[in-house]
Amino acid sequence: MRLRKEPDLNPMIVIGAGQSGLQVAEALRSESWEGPIVMIGDEAHAPYHRPPLSKAYLLGEASEAQLTIRGPEALARKNIELMSGAHVAAIDRVAKTVTLGDGRSLAYTGLAIATGSRPRPLPVPGADLPGVFPLRTLDDCRAISIALESAHNVVVIGGGFIGLEFAAVARKKGKNVVVLEAADRLMARVVAPVISDFYRDLHTAHGASIVLGAKVTELHGENGKVALVHTASGVAFPADLVIAGIGILPNTELAAAAGLEVEGGIVVDACSRTADPAIVASGDCTAVRLADSGLRRLESVQNAIEQGKAAAAALMGKEKPFTAKPWFWSDQYDVKLQMVGLSAGHDQVVIRGSVAEGKFSAFYFKAGKLIGIDSANRPQDHMAGRKLLDKDVWPTPQQAADEHVNLADLLK
Amino acid sequence: MPNVTYIEPNGNQVQIDVPAGWSIMQAAMSNGVEGIEAECGGSCACATCHCYVESHVDAIPAAAENELSMMENVVAERKPNSRLCCQIKMTPELEGLVIRFPEAQS
Repeated sequence: MRLRKEPDLNPMIVIGAGQSGLQVAEALRSESWEGPIVMIGDEAHAPYHRPPLSKAYLLGEASEAQLTIRGPEALARKNIELMSGAHVAAIDRVAKTVTLGDGRSLAYTGLAIATGSRPRPLPVPGADLPGVFPLRTLDDCRAISIALESAHNVVVIGGGFIGLEFAAVARKKGKNVVVLEAADRLMARVVAPVISDFYRDLHTAHGASIVLGAKVTELHGENGKVALVHTASGVAFPADLVIAGIGILPNTELAAAAGLEVEGGIVVDACSRTADPAIVASGDCTAVRLADSGLRRLESVQNAIEQGKAAAAALMGKEKPFTAKPWFWSDQYDVKLQMVGLSAGHDQVVIRGSVAEGKFSAFYFKAGKLIGIDSANRPQDHMAGRKLLDKDVWPTPQQAADEHVNLADLLK
Repeated sequence: MPNVTYIEPNGNQVQIDVPAGWSIMQAAMSNGVEGIEAECGGSCACATCHCYVESHVDAIPAAAENELSMMENVVAERKPNSRLCCQIKMTPELEGLVIRFPEAQS
């Protein structure tokens, strides 16, 4: 691969201008790629921080400009060409070109697919009524922000991170809020029952109504906009604003059409490589093939960034696998939930701190080994836990529960 | 507009007009200042916007408990003037603020 800047050198092309796409582009510069870089994003905006959308942005505490990760001038200084509002229609792996929606064709030296994900659509009648919104992009949140001002009755479908963060925002703005969750507890896909119960109480204490086991069957409109949300149990909830937060779908269609392996995500290895040596993929759109041949798909900022770094290195022929344990966070009211590791499959949970005081961590063990920690307003446990899990060192359940044991000391 | 000088890890100085109400992190990120990662976007959840406050220390509100806890795990040396700059909001009193970024954030 030629590294010197030459006029005929085809660019590295990054499809996607979100957190992961930007990371690939900038990491290519860190990896000494001196040729052109073209980053193609379908949104109209320069790369921006998505997590504050459901929190600070909708609360009016952060403007659109304040969400910017990298402005156009900063990108230009790194000689990264941003094509925003542009759609990639196809990848030709033989010709090593991408075709844009307007028919233009761009040749690439290496290609990174960081197409992200999109909200899972509500699979019920009435889902397309005015007043029903997904919450994923800045444009979504512009529309939600306007609708929220005049809304009285907010119904949130889905008691996951996005739905609950929005519920907290809507309560802070004085709206009537109902959260409808199909499972028997909140955030069931990610956290243990002890955390789910704590958050149900937290939201209830702030005046939101949490309805578990609620299967939405239909949205009913009046006067051309949403008015009622019907559930299978026969209850109808009044709503003039509905947020659907029932998960995301990885954007894999482009990769699949190009013949790349897709299995719940674009299949990559720990170095973000696909089977095509000129193509890498990173972020929400991927599924990582693990050593035990299983697949793991993560939806997180950390994953977007770390897979992005690995992807850029791989395009430069280097191996920089993403091996750190996954971490996530969610802000709801004044409680910061921080999670590290994956707790699925645990057989023991011990609590450190005080659930009653709202400052505690749940340590998850499997066969005596620590596999994950969920912390509510206990950042010290979370940060110590990241190091412990990454170094494969762990406290006993007794040590984890004992606040006199300094977890950081275990690393010494 | 208040003016902030950022010192990148290689010693390069970048001056930015930071609007009041913006965090010191937000202006550094959008302008592409080197030496800051700010992965979490200002939620005080990642400890990758670690900085050293080189001036106006007394004019900046003290760090909250959460920020102090997160700073226990910064990658670079933690000093008495260490802060997570997503938690520092620009005000007129901070005109001329000097911020230095460490060698590493993650």
